[in-house]
Amino acid sequence: MKWFIDSNTLKSGFIKEVEKSSSQKIAHCYQCGKCSAGCPIAYEMEYTPNQIMRMIQLGMKDVVLASNTIWLCVSCITCTARCPREIDVAEVMDVLRRFAYRSGVYPIKGRNVPLFNKVFLRNIEKYGRLFEMSLIGTFNMLSGTPFKDTSLAPKMFLRHKINLLPEKVKGIKEIRGIFKKAGKVSRAKRQSLITIGELIHNYLKR
Amino acid sequence: MESIIADKKTFKYAYFPGCSLKSTSKEYDISAREVASSLGVILKEIPDWTCCGATPAHLTMHILSIGLPVKILLQVKEMGISEVVTCCAACFSRLKFANDIMSKDQLHREMVSRVLSKKYEGEVSVRHFLDVLVNEYGIESISKKIVKPLKGLKVACYYGCLLVRPPEVTKFDDSEDPHFMDDLINVTGAEAISWPYKTECCGASHSLSNTEIVLRLSNDILRFAKESGADVVAVACPMCQSNLDLRQGEIEKRYETKINLPVLYFTQLLGLALGAESKNLGLNMHLVNPFKILQEKGLL
Amino acid sequence: MARTGVFVCWCGTNISATVDVEKVAEAAKNFQGVRFSTTYRYMCSDPGQNIIKQAIKEYRLDRIVVAACSPSLHEKTFRKCIEESGLNPYMLEIANIREQCSWVHKNREEATDKALQIIRLASAKVLRDFPLEKKFISVEKKALVIGGGISGIQAALDIAVAGYNVVIVEREPSIGGRMARFDKTFPTLDCAACILTPKMVAVSQNGKVVLHTYSEVESVQGYVGNFDVKIRKKARSVDLKKCTGCGQCYAKCPVKVPSEFDMGLGMRKAIYVQFPQAVPNVPVIDRENCRYFTQAGKCGVCRKICPFQAVDYDQQDEIIEEKFGMIIVATGFTQFDHSVYGEYGYGKFKNVITGLHFERMVNSSGPTGGKIICPSDGRDAKDVVFISCIGSRDEQKGMPYCSRLCCMYTAKHALLLKEHNPESQAYVFYIDIRAAGKNYEEFVKKVQDEYGAIYLRGRVSRIFEKGNKLIVRGADTLSGSQIEIEADLVVLATGLIAQADAPKVAQMLRIPYDKNNLFTEAHPKLAPVETITSGIFLTGACQSPKDIPDTVATASAASVKALGLLTQEKLVREPQIARVDAVLCSGCKLCVQACPFKAIEAEEIEDRARKQKRIVAKVLEGVCTGCGVCTACCRMSAIDLDNFANRQLMAEIEVV
Repeated sequence: MKWFIDSNTLKSGFIKEVEKSSSQKIAHCYQCGKCSAGCPIAYEMEYTPNQIMRMIQLGMKDVVLASNTIWLCVSCITCTARCPREIDVAEVMDVLRRFAYRSGVYPIKGRNVPLFNKVFLRNIEKYGRLFEMSLIGTFNMLSGTPFKDTSLAPKMFLRHKINLLPEKVKGIKEIRGIFKKAGKVSRAKRQSLITIGELIHNYLKR
Repeated sequence: MESIIADKKTFKYAYFPGCSLKSTSKEYDISAREVASSLGVILKEIPDWTCCGATPAHLTMHILSIGLPVKILLQVKEMGISEVVTCCAACFSRLKFANDIMSKDQLHREMVSRVLSKKYEGEVSVRHFLDVLVNEYGIESISKKIVKPLKGLKVACYYGCLLVRPPEVTKFDDSEDPHFMDDLINVTGAEAISWPYKTECCGASHSLSNTEIVLRLSNDILRFAKESGADVVAVACPMCQSNLDLRQGEIEKRYETKINLPVLYFTQLLGLALGAESKNLGLNMHLVNPFKILQEKGLL
Repeated sequence: MARTGVFVCWCGTNISATVDVEKVAEAAKNFQGVRFSTTYRYMCSDPGQNIIKQAIKEYRLDRIVVAACSPSLHEKTFRKCIEESGLNPYMLEIANIREQCSWVHKNREEATDKALQIIRLASAKVLRDFPLEKKFISVEKKALVIGGGISGIQAALDIAVAGYNVVIVEREPSIGGRMARFDKTFPTLDCAACILTPKMVAVSQNGKVVLHTYSEVESVQGYVGNFDVKIRKKARSVDLKKCTGCGQCYAKCPVKVPSEFDMGLGMRKAIYVQFPQAVPNVPVIDRENCRYFTQAGKCGVCRKICPFQAVDYDQQDEIIEEKFGMIIVATGFTQFDHSVYGEYGYGKFKNVITGLHFERMVNSSGPTGGKIICPSDGRDAKDVVFISCIGSRDEQKGMPYCSRLCCMYTAKHALLLKEHNPESQAYVFYIDIRAAGKNYEEFVKKVQDEYGAIYLRGRVSRIFEKGNKLIVRGADTLSGSQIEIEADLVVLATGLIAQADAPKVAQMLRIPYDKNNLFTEAHPKLAPVETITSGIFLTGACQSPKDIPDTVATASAASVKALGLLTQEKLVREPQIARVDAVLCSGCKLCVQACPFKAIEAEEIEDRARKQKRIVAKVLEGVCTGCGVCTACCRMSAIDLDNFANRQLMAEIEVV
């Protein structure tokens, strides 16, 4: 047996939380597995999409939010397009990710995606348009692989595919304002996305 | 004879390039503009545009993922143009999604107006460039402007995910067996082959964070394209192109296989057929060299 | 002077716990016309009814108000009770103080007050009741069965064996329905033709049964006991009386077209018999493909060769009109069209077939002689994937319901596959196994254990072609895996759906149908073979998907309902129906249009006072159900309901 679930978990109300945020009727899922059958990333996930839906139905909040499934999901939306019960599975995955951000829970394996998201968004906030050099460099550094993709760099330069300097956006203040206000409205703790402790952890794991 | 249909309407749109089209996917922007000018389509770039947030925004914060696109749509509204065209599939998906929800949902309108301090109710409509070419300008009209048919070139049209899913949002092409790009490629004189991986995911934004996944999924796509007899792969999304092209060398090493399949934007192929010069289409900006196959087929 | 009796029931504690029944009965004595008022614990019981009968005698009551439960429960009881005391049974009003009062309120004071109000209204209404007589209508001693599949055949046989005349109208050139296409049936593995054909022959040879094949019902007028039906006998182009079924005509016919009976897997001729055991064994000419008709008189070989001169190119459709007492609807089902699923190829992949295709292939008298092959290139099918729930349990692209038999026929297919191709392997993708019938569960287990079928729990996300194989990508949720199978053939267990023209048929018959176009039964639990339209009964899959045992059971049930009418000389109809005052009627015919049961006709009368002929409305007493729609739309108040008249309703309103 993998888990021991008692009635407190089953009655926990996690499914109602997720159903409310996503506007999807998760109780409708009858576990046909069509989503998992068509998911291109399922082979790498700890739990397949239908298992995540099942665990939501069973109230297993901690397991779901700590799984790497929700971070490996690429939002290819194949699951949503094919679900016979018309459940938007991709939207549910989005909602779970936002819950994870708010509670600060990340999987042991698969921290790269939350890290990538944060670096990307910081980049936009700072420059207004994506400054790819900075994105690639910062991400590779923080994820503990500073020399990844360096072989690609000269080829990209030669083909003028990489800008050495960021583009200037005049309305940058407006962008920063949006980020600030959005942060307030969604009450997301963006600052707590990654801590120094986790940074060191990443380096040690390599 | 000038196409009568095209003259009946001025094809003027606001143009949102998106971040990728100004850096790693410059060739998409260049070739799209070249095609537009050949056909007389006016693409007016939004002045001082900003990022739409792409995937990381909607994975992190819902209101941010709506707010950033709506800011762009407000800019289009200020330009006085009613339709915005984009080439990037992710930007298209985010802009369309935000636009749909703002036109329907009162709660979102309130939340976004708090963030942007402006009101927006879905006054602008969002189109993808492929949609504009096939459905507005029309295949018929384009066929009249083809000067150099790409005879003998076998093309695997790869649509990716965001162009066709979810069908209720994109409302664009069939989500299981799309054919708009195939129609366009066929009108250029090339042959759009039938193959099963038209809409299978390439790995998308895992390019940096989980590169192994991209290598595996993109390998499957390239392998199927090659086995189905493709000479080149045509794409409409900068993420797909970069995964299939920039990472092709890594894929060959990782899976100990030889692929050598050029991955071009459909605008580049269309541009060639419309008689544009290859230097105006960014054909030299790919990692997998397309010149060899194009010269072999006598198209350059 | 009216003499009303009021009888208030306690209904144990159901009413008396919330309503002060004694107080109410006492207060009722003061209502206009009330001569007697009392209570009793259970008014519907024998002692309770005796109290009513006693009071009628003692107090010379001429109309009764019973304050109790809903009239739908005991109105008939009390009508019978007062009739036995010599009163007209329609001098009765029921005041519902249970469902409409004591069961829905908690406050005793308020409930008591309301109960009193309700009784006050009923007393006011009963003052204007007048005696009504039951209506009687005659019954035509002939039944119509629409549809000649197993359900129609069984129903007709039952009626004929009981000694009554019955007519079967079947659209196809032969009776037999879907069952004629099957190979073996679960769970006994009886050959479908072997068990069906004896019944087909029995019904064709029974003297009481008239078969109209290649015919359709065009229109139905009338009402229970008296249905006027127009039947179109389509032109077969072959004389039924002369043809002996020798088969020389179709042997020589030069035209070949894909056979609908064989699901397009085989060919038939332009003049053809659907299958060897067809009843009647008389061919029909497909005029859209026959050269004589498409090429202005060319060919004509079949006429030349027929030794009995039975081929008649000039035959025309014939319309016959007949009267029937009742109609049994046995129109059956069709298969879900899986071409809506893009992920399964939009119906374009040749080697992705449906359950019925597989039945035809595995049938030894079918288009492939019983060999299970890949339609694309004719090679033997070794790895066969069966997918359940195609079009069923699917709100997105199909029907929301479960089609009930697909789990069973899929198991049967997996078994037959192994029997025909010992080298083959069956993979069955399922979500649940529904095997609720007798010996069904054991059958499925046998298929899994002895016939080596691999059962995988999950749906299939996608099928695509790779060379001459099909790649099937599904899941097994029990182990949490993605499954990929390289298959030769994929069989989709497509669900059972209503026929395409089911709404049209329902509207023609004036019976209700639901959102899935399945005909609606009168009550899903207690009246599964009746409809709310008197005289029209349902059997088989046109009401809901069902297997052969259930179909035969409902067929016999429907025939019993029909016999219930056939054995009566006259049918009783409730007299609380509409009545037209011809003096007031202006002949506008609005009521004729408005009546949902087509129970009002326009008739011409001689108006002696104005010395002219004019049109007025006439109520068909047998059909009218007393719904009151006509009274609502009549501008002249010329049409009214007996014992639910406008004056009575006004009287109730006035005393509120």
